[in-house]
Amino acid sequence: MSTLTKPVVRKRSADTRKMIKALALLTPAAIMVCIFIYYPVIRTILMAFQNYKLFDQSNIGYSGFNNFRGVFHDSNFTHILKNTLLWVGVSLFFQFTIGFGLALLMKKKFRFIGIYQGIIFIPWALAGFLMGLVWKWIFDDNLGVMNDLLLKLGIIHERIPWLSNPSWAMAAVIIANIWYGVTFFVIMILAALQGVPGEILEAAELDGANRVQTLFQVIIPYIRATLILIVLLRIMWITNFPDIIFGMTSGGPAGGTHILSSWLIEKITYDQDWGAGAAVGILILGILFVFSFFYLLATRLEKDSGV
Amino acid sequence: MFSAFGKVGKFSALTLWLLFTLFPLYWMGLTSIKPVREVTQKYYFPNSRSTLESYRKLFKDYAFGTYIRNSLVVSISASAVVIALGILGAYALARYEFKGKGQVMLAFLATQMIPGLISLAPLYLLLQHLHLLNTLFALMLCYVGGQVPFATMMLRGFIQRIPPELDEAALIDGCNRFTALFRVVFPVALPGIAATFIFSFVQCWNELFLAMVLIDSDASKTFPVAERSFVGAYFIEWGGLAASVMIGIIPTVFVFAMMSKFMITGLSAGIVKG
Repeated sequence: MSTLTKPVVRKRSADTRKMIKALALLTPAAIMVCIFIYYPVIRTILMAFQNYKLFDQSNIGYSGFNNFRGVFHDSNFTHILKNTLLWVGVSLFFQFTIGFGLALLMKKKFRFIGIYQGIIFIPWALAGFLMGLVWKWIFDDNLGVMNDLLLKLGIIHERIPWLSNPSWAMAAVIIANIWYGVTFFVIMILAALQGVPGEILEAAELDGANRVQTLFQVIIPYIRATLILIVLLRIMWITNFPDIIFGMTSGGPAGGTHILSSWLIEKITYDQDWGAGAAVGILILGILFVFSFFYLLATRLEKDSGV
Repeated sequence: MFSAFGKVGKFSALTLWLLFTLFPLYWMGLTSIKPVREVTQKYYFPNSRSTLESYRKLFKDYAFGTYIRNSLVVSISASAVVIALGILGAYALARYEFKGKGQVMLAFLATQMIPGLISLAPLYLLLQHLHLLNTLFALMLCYVGGQVPFATMMLRGFIQRIPPELDEAALIDGCNRFTALFRVVFPVALPGIAATFIFSFVQCWNELFLAMVLIDSDASKTFPVAERSFVGAYFIEWGGLAASVMIGIIPTVFVFAMMSKFMITGLSAGIVKG
């Protein structure tokens, strides 16, 4: 008996030692993540239920759902929700389709492809806020080059109030965001496409499939898992990316281009109402969490039913 | 005939996007070298009156040299620490099987879902408590915390592609796990490490909101923060603004241009396969 149990015991202690080693290696990174990501989340959750205004520090204390009530009853709230949906939906649609198209065109190597890639990847490396300023200069109602170009080309006959009309301003910030985000999809999809084995493309060609059929019936199903993941990641990033809006309009005119995340910034920096800011943050977190849950559920169900 | 047409279509589409990508940068660049009085005039090419006076003013009248130095210090040191912590964690996640590994990875991945913006107020309070407000060190710590989970997952992807036989051979040759990591795994994973470093550097260099909340003193301002106060105070001076934007984007464009080739394989391999 004892001779039988001995190796088991030794194995378990080897396992334990392995685990300790692994945890020791992980500890420094884990500590940083706990302090700088998870601790603030917990603190934010608490703060969302507190009256926490910087200009009213003697009255800091728990206030139930007051902050949430304030957010939901804000006269601009439904408008901001609608803007957030537009910002994410329209940006994502164009970033994805343009990115996918470019990736397909760049799959087959051509001369100077290295330089071409180097240039069209540039937006990815730029600060969203700075690019917001650049686009603000371009879209400026009177001094901007956009109106000037459109007038000279005869496409419009009078200046478009790009940044002074809320609807046009929303269009302008979304155009800037599309410009900014296509790169991510080109990089990711190009890499996924390069992973598609040549044999299955040849097989499709032998079967007489044309390009469109090959794309939809061979290539897309093959890289489907990657596409699902990067779209989800991108939705989260765009939702939490107020930088361009901040640079271009600061949420204006008259709150007309605020999305949830730029509103959060305003609550924290201008209003100095950290409780309200925390409530908006929790709202964003909640929406993303519920969305991801159903998104993953839907994409998995689809796979199970074999579609 | 189809292929000839297809080729023309393909290259016009590619050219169109190229022009759209470059135009904002070109226009900003052109604005930055127009003489200050001509900034609002619409001409589309540089001419004999083009000048660098907007740039000279930035460094003479404002402390842009300091802001750039601050940004470089924070971004480079944060990225270096991110790599150091990330590679240790990544090695554990790639090479060891242990209880709770799945949960750790989930906790790291889930950070991608959390809006970084919600940490602004709590981190301000935390660093105020530690008397670290207005220091570049505090900013660096925050950036490390923010970047480390993603970097760890990315590096894990790279290490996983290295055959385990390689470090086992090193162990047999008398290395311990640590020396195996640094003598064998590190050099092989170097392209991936470089890609991760660049990624982290770019994120830190471009970060605005944390720096805006944590840094108030002029001496510790990073570039984006300085840029923001510059916009607020000298709103109409588009020449100076254009010049400063150009200066802000040069470092990232430069690093990126050098690395773009293995950015594709590097970045996506880490994420997609991680």
